[in-house]
Amino acid sequence: MLKQIEGSHAIAETIALCRPEVICAYPITPQTHIVERLSELTRTGDIGNCQYINVESEFAALSVAIGASAAGARAYTATSSQGLLFMTEAVYNAAGLGLPIVMTIGNRAIGAPINIWNDHSDSMALRDAGWIQFYAETNQEAVDLHIQAFRLAERLSVPVMVCVDGFILTHAYERIEVPEPEPVDAYLPAFEPVQVLDPDDPVTIGAMVGPEAFTEVRYLAHHKHLQAIDVIPELSTEFADVFGRQAGGLIRPYRTEDAETVVIGLGSVMGTIKETVDEMRDDGVSIGAVTIVSFRPFPMLALRVALENAKRVIVVEKCFADGLGGIVVGSVRMALRGFSTPIYTVIAGLGGRPITQASLRQTFGDAVADKINDPHFLDLDWAVIDRELARGQDKRRSGPIAENILREMGLVGGKPV
Amino acid sequence: MTQRIKFYQTGTLTVGNRLLDEDNRTVQGTVDRSNSLTSGHRACQGCGEALGARYVVDAAMRAAGDRLFAVNATGCLEVFSTPYPESSWQVPWLHSLFGNAPAVATGVRAALRAKGRTDIKVLAQGGDGGTADIGFGCLSGMFERNDDVLYVCYDNEAYMNTGVQRSGSTPPAARTSTTPAAGAAPGNVFGQGKNVPRIAMAHGIPYVATASVADLQDLEAKVTKAMNIDGARYIHVHVPCPLGWGSAPCDTIKLARLAIETGLFPLYEAEYGDVTDVTPIRRRMPVEDYLRPQKRFAHLFRPDLDAEVLAQIQKIADDNIEKLKLLD
Amino acid sequence: MVSAAEMLSITAFLEGAHAQAFPSFGSERMGAPVVAFCRIDDKEIRLREPVMTPDVLIVQDPTLLHQVDLFNGLDTRGYLLINTSKSYLDLGLGDYVDRFPPHHICTVAATKWAMEYVGRPLPNAALLGAFAGLTYRVKLESVQTAIRQKFPGKLGDDNAKAAARAYDSIRTN
Repeated sequence: MLKQIEGSHAIAETIALCRPEVICAYPITPQTHIVERLSELTRTGDIGNCQYINVESEFAALSVAIGASAAGARAYTATSSQGLLFMTEAVYNAAGLGLPIVMTIGNRAIGAPINIWNDHSDSMALRDAGWIQFYAETNQEAVDLHIQAFRLAERLSVPVMVCVDGFILTHAYERIEVPEPEPVDAYLPAFEPVQVLDPDDPVTIGAMVGPEAFTEVRYLAHHKHLQAIDVIPELSTEFADVFGRQAGGLIRPYRTEDAETVVIGLGSVMGTIKETVDEMRDDGVSIGAVTIVSFRPFPMLALRVALENAKRVIVVEKCFADGLGGIVVGSVRMALRGFSTPIYTVIAGLGGRPITQASLRQTFGDAVADKINDPHFLDLDWAVIDRELARGQDKRRSGPIAENILREMGLVGGKPV
Repeated sequence: MTQRIKFYQTGTLTVGNRLLDEDNRTVQGTVDRSNSLTSGHRACQGCGEALGARYVVDAAMRAAGDRLFAVNATGCLEVFSTPYPESSWQVPWLHSLFGNAPAVATGVRAALRAKGRTDIKVLAQGGDGGTADIGFGCLSGMFERNDDVLYVCYDNEAYMNTGVQRSGSTPPAARTSTTPAAGAAPGNVFGQGKNVPRIAMAHGIPYVATASVADLQDLEAKVTKAMNIDGARYIHVHVPCPLGWGSAPCDTIKLARLAIETGLFPLYEAEYGDVTDVTPIRRRMPVEDYLRPQKRFAHLFRPDLDAEVLAQIQKIADDNIEKLKLLD
Repeated sequence: MVSAAEMLSITAFLEGAHAQAFPSFGSERMGAPVVAFCRIDDKEIRLREPVMTPDVLIVQDPTLLHQVDLFNGLDTRGYLLINTSKSYLDLGLGDYVDRFPPHHICTVAATKWAMEYVGRPLPNAALLGAFAGLTYRVKLESVQTAIRQKFPGKLGDDNAKAAARAYDSIRTN
């Protein structure tokens, strides 16, 4: 049904259609609206016999999901930011055990300084924890990816994260087609576990594995991701057949035919990037964009094919590694190994800083002219940086950086002084 | 050295005592016990935890009509029972992490409820580190929600799996690798530590009990009782560790019994936050008798007897006896 | 304010338009200054940046006028709607609003209408009624349907009345 609805609520209503049996919830902004809506749907009996568990931490949330999944239930939870880091040990464990849990990440920055706004630092920190990672470009895709996520997770017995930009998508009211139950039922069969606690066939799940076999167990986890490279496009095609719209897949090119410059990114910023591409195309610039939908497994071959004729590549990412630069760009470079294509990294949108079309236009223009630093920090205020560096040189006890900056800006406690 | 068999150690409470009526015999004393934790595992000689777990799980299996799932925290029990590629568990068994066994058990329970499989019961177990320390948040959450899980803590009073480091359950003055017998106040610090059974009681859950491998009949009875109650239940079992305590493997039961008879480890049951029953001390013993055979307390006796510290420990035992009326 | 933007987006949706409403995000505290945005278009809205140059600016709380630079980005071809019983002259904005076409600016006593019809100082519905009256971008009936969707029952009916009253107050101005 076509609705004007908040992204979080559309996601929650879609999760409900996926017939989860156990939902674990712990509040953290900006994912909270999802689990709030799910608590309502569980109470009203809209999700059958689903058990909704309010837990005491994110670590417990995923641990409850682990127990539920090992006992053969379709399990779901959602988190963000610090919450994802707090459950890190269980994130790896769920993947190591091969439990097909689906988890929504309402993407948000990591502190300190504490910041509740959107970037990709949280899910990127856990990119190599063994989970499949999808990034939704729109709320419609967030909805559609969740349905595919359960199908994929259960087909391969591997957990899947669906990453949805916090606030920008989770709190946006938009026109969203929330599916009807029938096509979801047709697309998503009942969960048939490959391993399950069963009194009639007792198994040991989670035994210790020493050096004799650890590498083999780890390789088989990698193998599932390699399989996913083939399965993800299949499931996306099948989704289009059943639901009549495109969603998911590994990557999504936009106006890349003959494009000399290709911009790569993940998530909701692709909307603004596409607007910028259109604007620059109108001005005669040969530019296109590629959305990475599946970041893990990384679509190495698909991306290589999509980029092979590009003269330059710009990777826009909402995260970075101190002392290195971009994170996404590392994987992109691997996809392009052997090519001499210049690759520029644009770090943007950290801690919720708006990524504006005007700034992207300027930056892409500079990149097209090969006049850009790598990495380039979008809209970085160099005056602030220089002032703080000078302060640090001036005296040893220069104080907490965040507070210094806010004071200089005349913003203390978020209010002008 | 051959050990002289001391029958008094077990007496009329002997597990499987043939003098008892069949109905009163223990689960472990019957041939149709489930052997849920079967032989061949890698526990040390005289391991109190292996003994305790064997009795707990078999009794739980009996009470559950063999429809039981076990969740295990990381720790000795998990490691010695599942050496690759073998498993001692003849029960559906799940190990996730060190600090999340109560939450994992909650998840298992929730899955069963969602599927309408209320015929299957859930048991969670961990050591004192996994229970009192790293898993404490999850344990409290499981209690607070009154999730239908029996959680059993095997308390050997330190992190034995990692090489005997202090836990929140390590007694005062005990030497561990992180509370060495060095300096002015050797061993673990006085005035620290958690009493998890008391904290469990503070959650107002339906059933809390302490138990010991020195009284296996009582342990089985408490597990059986707990298994027939709905909601969150907690049993705290005292299990001597010859490796960590520096005691002779043949003294495991003896030390466990001395812990009871000194008053240092009182046996009691509580329902909804109130103590409902205590096991009286039959023959009161001084704490010195309990401490002296354990190398972890050796610094209290050599080179000189540390009367002051011994008196402090005796006071702990006396307070327990008084508070719980263990001599009445 | 956030729910006003949401209701406006529902209103536009009911008329077949694409609409995107989103808050300028912050922690959940009552009383803190909040900005919310709404884009309305006839095609899919892909842009995700905040609205920096609005066509219409609605000020729910006139006490903010002297604390925050509210008008930065508002083009003189735009529309301005302030929730107040006072006039622009009384607010000290006479000179500022002179730059706008006269039928692009108005004040509306939205809180007053809310108190009268709903009994609580929640001016969103009345502001949306006034928005319809001022801009003609959406119909009053659609605003009322959106309000009733968000608040079923008597609360919705009362809010719809407040919206109609505000709408009329603009049209008869």
